[in-house]
Amino acid sequence: MALAHDQGGLDAGVDLGLGETGGLSEGGARDFVLLLKPRVMSLVVFTAFTGMMLAPGHIHPLIGLIAILCITVGAGAAGALNMWYDADIDAVMTRTARRPIPTGKIRPDEALAFGLVLAAFSVTLLALLVNWAAGAMLAFTIFFYVVIYTMWLKRSTPQNIVIGGAAGAFPPMIGWACVTGSISFDSAVLFLIIFLWTPPHFWALALFKLRDYGSAGIPMLPNVAGEAATKRQVFAYSIPMALSGVAPALLGFASPAYGAVAGLLGAVFVWRAWLVLKMPDGDARMIPAKKLFGFSLIYLFTIFAALLADHFAAPALALLGGFA
Amino acid sequence: MIDTVDMTEAQRKARRSRSIAIGLALAGLVLLFYVVTIIKMVVPGT
Repeated sequence: MALAHDQGGLDAGVDLGLGETGGLSEGGARDFVLLLKPRVMSLVVFTAFTGMMLAPGHIHPLIGLIAILCITVGAGAAGALNMWYDADIDAVMTRTARRPIPTGKIRPDEALAFGLVLAAFSVTLLALLVNWAAGAMLAFTIFFYVVIYTMWLKRSTPQNIVIGGAAGAFPPMIGWACVTGSISFDSAVLFLIIFLWTPPHFWALALFKLRDYGSAGIPMLPNVAGEAATKRQVFAYSIPMALSGVAPALLGFASPAYGAVAGLLGAVFVWRAWLVLKMPDGDARMIPAKKLFGFSLIYLFTIFAALLADHFAAPALALLGGFA
Repeated sequence: MIDTVDMTEAQRKARRSRSIAIGLALAGLVLLFYVVTIIKMVVPGT
């Protein structure tokens, strides 16, 4: 406290932002890890790894591991910068009120510095140690998530997550670029799967967290266009999303067996979206929306796991055939 | 005269936790650069 009061020569009217703790943080390492949004990071790791494995060509396993580490840290940095900018609305919503900045464990300026340093490190390392194309794509992804989605779209349009969802869809393309040094039509299909998955996933959540987003002043689709319009949009997006899941098999870079699994998962998704569409107006429990949200997580994980399994199944079967 | 800040026990504990994490991260970076240098020297085309 003495430090806050005795800044000789400084204007007395300047707020130094040191607060009651004399500018010293009470945030431990665990709080800083929470700032990186670990659950989102796990999805980024998985989808980037899948993109890397499906890409034609070879990457040294240790370089691949470092690439995944850089992409993960870059995604975490974007999460930290998102929490820095959104601290005011996070404090209002029950889902986010326990985050490190609203609880006062980490100061906003610490989160900003942490996010910027990690972003710079992850992009530079990926560019220098793997390749420049992957580094540039990671930099663009962080920029897109923080500036385009968080700072601009999130608070200004109910279509925020449609466009902003692109940021979450880039990791498999970055993983792919780590191997090939470029993007391709096949990697764009992996992007499309996540891009089309994001709107029904988030709008299912927004339906049963409607009040939360409303009290924070975020223009999510249910608050702006109403429940009925949101349900229609969820169902409408679920159809191209299901088709994009099958696209790898139709385009020939996954087997018909994968296509069957993806088709089945897509059909269940569309059926669950149909149940959301048929949900009675004013249904406070929103069970179909909650079930769709839960299934959407299983869907995305299983699609990418099936792509990986399919990719490794052919060489494994060939190897078994060789022994027989 | 230099003013000092008396840290609370929570602040002291948090600082120690952060210091350990930063130390581990720096050691990891040293190891990472060492490993990548060796790979790029030994394996052609990486």
